[in-house]
Amino acid sequence: MTKALVFRPKILVLSVCLLIFPLVFSDAFYRDIGVTVILAAISASAWNIVGGYAGQVSVGHSMFYGIGAYAPLLFYQLWGWPPILGIPVGIALSLGLAVAIGTPTFRLTGHYFSMATIAVAELIRIFTGTWDFVGAAIGLQGPATARGWWDLTFRGELPYYYLFLGVLAVLLCITAALERRKFGYYLRAIKTGERAARSLGVPVRQTKIKALMLSAAFTSIAGSLYSIKTGFIDPESGFGILVSVQMVIIAALGGAGTLFGPLLGAVILVPLQTATNTWFGGGGSGLTYIFYGGIIVLIARFEPGGLFELWDRIAPTRWRRSHAA
Amino acid sequence: MLFLQVIVGGLLLGAIYALFSSGLTLIWGMMNFINFAHGEFVMLGMYAALLVVVWLNGGPAVFGLAAAVALFVLGVIVYAGLIRHVMRGPMLAQILSSFGLALLLRYTAFFIFSANFVSLPQNSLSGTVDIGGILMPLAQLVAGVIAIALTIALHFMLTRTTVGSKLLAVSEDRNAAMLMGIRPDRMQALAWGLSAGAAGIAGALLAISYPWSPSVGETFGLTAFVVVALGGFGSVPGALYAGLIIGLIQAVSAFWLGPIYKDIVVYALFVALLWLRPQGLMGKA
Repeated sequence: MTKALVFRPKILVLSVCLLIFPLVFSDAFYRDIGVTVILAAISASAWNIVGGYAGQVSVGHSMFYGIGAYAPLLFYQLWGWPPILGIPVGIALSLGLAVAIGTPTFRLTGHYFSMATIAVAELIRIFTGTWDFVGAAIGLQGPATARGWWDLTFRGELPYYYLFLGVLAVLLCITAALERRKFGYYLRAIKTGERAARSLGVPVRQTKIKALMLSAAFTSIAGSLYSIKTGFIDPESGFGILVSVQMVIIAALGGAGTLFGPLLGAVILVPLQTATNTWFGGGGSGLTYIFYGGIIVLIARFEPGGLFELWDRIAPTRWRRSHAA
Repeated sequence: MLFLQVIVGGLLLGAIYALFSSGLTLIWGMMNFINFAHGEFVMLGMYAALLVVVWLNGGPAVFGLAAAVALFVLGVIVYAGLIRHVMRGPMLAQILSSFGLALLLRYTAFFIFSANFVSLPQNSLSGTVDIGGILMPLAQLVAGVIAIALTIALHFMLTRTTVGSKLLAVSEDRNAAMLMGIRPDRMQALAWGLSAGAAGIAGALLAISYPWSPSVGETFGLTAFVVVALGGFGSVPGALYAGLIIGLIQAVSAFWLGPIYKDIVVYALFVALLWLRPQGLMGKA
């Protein structure tokens, strides 16, 4: 019934495309976009576990991303540790924070969770901006040149691309495995009807907290990868509200609660964002975010299932049947 | 005496918080819907006031009323065009819709008005008054009193009038209300109009005394969350008390710890509330 993921034809094609992309498009510009797409796909897929599968919409996932981004550079600046050692610290802190937020808010309806996440993320962002120990508003910097491979500081984009792709593969494999286990069914049961799920014996709170923890861990890793690659982090690029927004919009665009939705969303949105920045000039200013807001509103109004669901509805039945056979 | 002045100033600002937060709590109480764009409504109210002053040279009464009407209309449009539809969808769509709307409004404002801080020109409310040795800017005093009066008026409208009973009936049981001949869609559109209108007039009141930029919407939106969480979801009197308390806490923490810390203290309070008493001080569990 369930063939291993790699042997399914669509997934095989997808994997090959992702693997050869930087070799076909060897221009640094395209490779950079590739790296950005994969990184965005990692954080959006991580968000997707709790926001998509469990239906608990976090609008403050930047708190985990930021913690993950700060940890490697902080230890580098303090004691000259290789940034890679900061990754597990970031994960540990994020797990703790996930439990601290999930425990009280998951007792209540989903809106409380959304409000709590945005408030905690803002609290941390403002606090980080005033705390000299973590560089206050100026932020932190990583090693300028690599002292060895363990610094993960490379000259070209290629090593980053395959490193990030590996992390994404691990994350998607874990998600795919969970999808078919009891845990995955629990998550979907909670999303569809929490009360019904509870009455059927689903341990609702524990399941939600576990989902949030897994999501937080991978979001933290995404943050670490980002700061190690850029070699720089400040409160806005780590904890800013737009970091959270990007995860939400990418997952929702592709299809929240589907395995490849976030990846699809990243493949569409990141190049589009680069293009709008180029057309309208001024990276990251106004128009890009008007565009973001517009997309989110349109998805919510017309297509809350994202592009995957849209495809399911409009794709001709015959084509799908022949494909499924 | 200076400390007393800080306290009075905090309470007057808190009164305006109470006014716009009562709009947020009205929507939450009626529809179980958290409006992430509420702070943006306040921000648009501020710009509406500015435009009226610049184009029509209107005084405080004119631009206050104009901001309220403009935002009332916007609230009804948002309900009819967006919220009415997403309420039938999954919760993801509900949260995304108002969150996306917040981004759209905030960055459209950035695009039109730029990120620069602006303030209203001098008007009839400029100047200070001396109340028993406490020096208060006249504008803050008037704005605070009007805000309290409007919040109380909203409460009485909800509890003492036929329209208010209809609104509460819809929030109690939509279908039963429909059987009694109430049109739920109209009532909810009215609630959105009132909610946004309250935010709009609060924005105009804030604009008299404080400079602002498009990013204030985010801060006010979060402040409204904290007020509503403290006062209890769906309770207008709760929002009034909580607004005053939050204004007071902000003023005192800005005075003692420094202005940067006033938001940190308030958000930390919010997180502590979610831990200890998520239903709010006066809310039911």
